[in-house]
Amino acid sequence: MSTTIDVDLYGAVEDAAAHLYVWALKDIPQDLRDALADAAGRETSVAGQRVLSTILKNVQVADDEKNLVCQDTGIAVYTCRVGEGFPLHPARIYEALKAGTERATVEHPLRSNAVHTITRENTGPNTGYRLPIVHWEFISGWDGLDVKCVPKGSGSENMSFLKMCVPADGVKGIKQFVLESIVGAGGKPCPPGIVGVGIGGSADYAMYLAKEAITRPIGTRNQDPVVAQLEDELFGLLNETGIGPMGLGGDVTVLNCHIEHADTHMTLNPVAVNYQCWAARRATAHLAADGTVEYDREA
Amino acid sequence: MATHEVTFPIRDEADILKLRAGDEVVVQGHIIGIRDRTQIRIFDQGVEPPMDLTGAFLLHTAPNVRKIGTDSAGRGKYEKLCIGTTTSARMVRFTEPLGGQYGVRAICGKGGFPDEAIEPMRKHGMVYFAIVGGAAALETTQIEEIEEVAWEELMPECLWKFRVKDFGPLTVGIDAHGNSLYHDVQAAAQEKLKELYARL
Repeated sequence: MSTTIDVDLYGAVEDAAAHLYVWALKDIPQDLRDALADAAGRETSVAGQRVLSTILKNVQVADDEKNLVCQDTGIAVYTCRVGEGFPLHPARIYEALKAGTERATVEHPLRSNAVHTITRENTGPNTGYRLPIVHWEFISGWDGLDVKCVPKGSGSENMSFLKMCVPADGVKGIKQFVLESIVGAGGKPCPPGIVGVGIGGSADYAMYLAKEAITRPIGTRNQDPVVAQLEDELFGLLNETGIGPMGLGGDVTVLNCHIEHADTHMTLNPVAVNYQCWAARRATAHLAADGTVEYDREA
Repeated sequence: MATHEVTFPIRDEADILKLRAGDEVVVQGHIIGIRDRTQIRIFDQGVEPPMDLTGAFLLHTAPNVRKIGTDSAGRGKYEKLCIGTTTSARMVRFTEPLGGQYGVRAICGKGGFPDEAIEPMRKHGMVYFAIVGGAAALETTQIEEIEEVAWEELMPECLWKFRVKDFGPLTVGIDAHGNSLYHDVQAAAQEKLKELYARL
């Protein structure tokens, strides 16, 4: 028996994408606001305090002027959790996300960052070949769709690092690599931000997991207690490096450290670092099978 | 650490030499927006910039703008939407010729310059100003007008002339006397890493 669907789910996803992209750029989540205020309260260096008070002022100005928090509209990244019963195929979800990204870019208008990777010619309204980027997760026994938009700035994305540690390097090797990466990045990725770490899996999957890690609400912890303990330890160590806000020296180098992990081959020990700047933008839409949409700034 | 107000373009070298790494600065006057492709065109393709860069303050930017018309010479007129600052380190190799050939006196961006900028800045009497990366909403309110745009075909990596008011607060990251906050912070962090590794 076939069911007739009279809701425009494609349109609902496109609308959601267009709304999320602009909303994420303008209205940062409360957990991030709280983390930045907390950082301003802890920082003791003069330059670091200057940076953090300017950041807080900037967030307020963005609210007041309804302007973008940061001019870098980034590369549009979406994470989709698709229920097996959601009545729109992922191929069409992807098209709708692309159309929504384009519409937001043209209508707002937003700066178009997308270029051909060799010719460097602009490819259009923040879309192009294989752009936007979508991370997919498929959920059994559910008929909803969650779309999270994470506009990813290039200053922080350029500070991405991968090392194929060997098993004999152990967890110590992982910790050392994260520390040396963040110290080496200095002020370039707009600290203090979220350090995303992906461990295990394969080379490509470790970096994918590191990106997943930066999309989580700040300070959430991995469900595996062994990994959660490593998150706490690295968070503390990273803030001892003295890099400070915008790399000008100080107590607050990172707002937090999130780790995602996967089981791996007995001879592999990959570690990937993906940095998210202090303007850690994200916004989520929960879509039901009937096309109703609930927007969520905090997810 | 002192606080200064400096108007650009500067006429007197003393305005630059008085600045010390770590000082806070607020800028008035005119600043010029520039980015990767703009500088590649000037230095790698040898095209003379159609703006005077003598005594100038350069900002590493690629703004969000809206075109609102065309002037009598056929050049686009733009209004600001959101103007912020990009990572400077990608463009460090242009420091020497910007100072030596064009008399640029200040480069402003985010994230800092590596040590290779220290000597050209000392030699040509230049400073690097650290702005707060990502704080574009605030920065936009400090830019009064986009007065001129050249090389529109490089949009958004054109050559931009902005009139600013109370632009900042900026931190002197590298001064004209051979001091760099970035060098000092990095050196201390490398020492600290040895201690942290020993604890792992």
